[in-house]
Amino acid sequence: MEQILLGALSLGLLWSVMTIGVYITFRILSIADMTVEGTITLGAAVTARVISLGASPWLGLLLAIVAGLLAGLITGLLHTKLGIPALLSGILTMIALFSINLRVMTKANISLLRMPTVYSPLMALGLDKTWAVIVLGGLCAALVISLLYWFFGTEIGSAIRATGANPNMVRAQGIHTDTTIILGLMISNALVGISGSLIAQSQNYADLQMGTGAIVIGLASMIIGEVLFGKRNFFLRFLSMVLGSITYRIIIALVLKMGMPSDDLKLFTAITVVFALSLPKIKDLINGRLRPRKGGV
Amino acid sequence: MNTLRKSIALILALTLSLTVFSVFAERDKPLIGIIQIVDHVALDAARQGFVDALAENGYKDGESVTLDYRNAQGSPDVLSSIADHFVAEKADLVLAIATPSAQTMAGKTDSIPILGTAITDYVSARLAQSDDKPGYNVTGTTDMNPIKEQIELIRRFLPEAKTIGLLYTASEDNSVLQAQIARDVIEGMGMAYTEVTVHNSNDVQQATQSIMDKCDAIYIPTDNVFASAMPVVYEVAIQNQKPVFCGEAGMTMGGGLATLGVNYYNLGHQTGLMALKVLAGEAVADMPIERQTDFDYTVNKTFCDALGIAIPEDLVPYAKEMGEN
Repeated sequence: MEQILLGALSLGLLWSVMTIGVYITFRILSIADMTVEGTITLGAAVTARVISLGASPWLGLLLAIVAGLLAGLITGLLHTKLGIPALLSGILTMIALFSINLRVMTKANISLLRMPTVYSPLMALGLDKTWAVIVLGGLCAALVISLLYWFFGTEIGSAIRATGANPNMVRAQGIHTDTTIILGLMISNALVGISGSLIAQSQNYADLQMGTGAIVIGLASMIIGEVLFGKRNFFLRFLSMVLGSITYRIIIALVLKMGMPSDDLKLFTAITVVFALSLPKIKDLINGRLRPRKGGV
Repeated sequence: MNTLRKSIALILALTLSLTVFSVFAERDKPLIGIIQIVDHVALDAARQGFVDALAENGYKDGESVTLDYRNAQGSPDVLSSIADHFVAEKADLVLAIATPSAQTMAGKTDSIPILGTAITDYVSARLAQSDDKPGYNVTGTTDMNPIKEQIELIRRFLPEAKTIGLLYTASEDNSVLQAQIARDVIEGMGMAYTEVTVHNSNDVQQATQSIMDKCDAIYIPTDNVFASAMPVVYEVAIQNQKPVFCGEAGMTMGGGLATLGVNYYNLGHQTGLMALKVLAGEAVADMPIERQTDFDYTVNKTFCDALGIAIPEDLVPYAKEMGEN
């Protein structure tokens, strides 16, 4: 029993870093960035290749971050400098990454079973794999949130936040919105790269197909986080992404545990997200305040 | 902060309900978990063979054994949750169908015996130290294709064939490995090859079209993308009057001309017989990885007729119309 919950917790923490990345593009920049599906595999691919070549898994993690930054940079340049719509820019980079990932890995699947990973030092201290993932994933999420909280308080960070809200105002302040968009996409994809790296090392392999559906997982986690845990101050918003990601995994574990055929899992995921999205409406109904809401996803 | 507190309470409630469920998990018969990455004809057949082999030997699901079948619907991240589930349930044995399933499961446990099937190369997937002596908690059956015999089969139908076109998915490890072997075999037999690869099922039609006028016959190894896209290949091949040979029977009846090869039902059945030994207490680490020995011939009569190709006499009994079982 514990194993299932701890498993869900560890998986949720690993995917939470990506969820924060999705949040940065989707909510802060107001861009639906499809690069994510390619970047998560890229992070995994780079790390797996580095480890399989016998180098340190930490170097693998570091290079995954660099690779993520570059992927974000490409999407950003396509969007801002070439004027390609954001959605299409992301899709183009995602498709390109498919070939690049294959080049990086040289084959479709690299096994990391019984190889050193970033979790190995913790496991050497006597922790089992799941706990090692929880500790490291938790530390990583905490570090990411703290750094981002600090960064988005700085002048350039605030400019990125303002870009999504009101680009004209930002330009009026004499800030180049191209730069802030590119920077936001780079940070987001670096986070996704970190997630990919940590996930591959936790599941013991990198697979060319592993990014499939990542964007849906990211959005579902984000929305669950926002609806259940609110969106008060900036720090809590990041925290709610982590909690949303963990909740998503607990829901899946619960569904599996209750014996629902896993064939129906995707349908269930969709229903969960619809439910989470419609919660504000339902609340309004209950409060008798039936008025149309602005925005939505 | 009120919502946050409520939400935490909600998570705690979920947790508690999970715990309550687990109290009833006491059991008196062995539990066999089945973890499968995705639905597709070959993998489903292997699973059915496994289940039937157990049933024929006194392990009927629900009576003397509990089979817990979980499918990740193609999401690797769900595999991880399924593996956690089996570890938590302390399964007595896990059948892992296809490589990612086995890798995920092996990453979660060193002690629960794992039998793999529909896995081509255990050693390169780091699941085993060697085929003869796996050494860890994983053994099973390999679906490594008799590629040499299959290419020879092309020659039996088309003695004049000079160039073989290879079609496969570049992102599938098993396919790439088989294509490598096929290239060597083809050259060894004094023929030439040409190849086109795809990334997903959307590329299949164009890829198939583009290879048509560059070869005398097409060879497709066992490949997940092509396994589900054979009707597309069939249509293009009939239009261009080019024979297609596949690595597997299901693909052949879905739109190929002929093959000999791994029968996934039988492979799963063979794995089921291995499971009996494991349940009897044999150590997985010492059980060699098994390969299929008696291959099945499959001849698609509809395809042969459409192209006016004569079926060699000894293979006539294997000829079937498409859509026939």
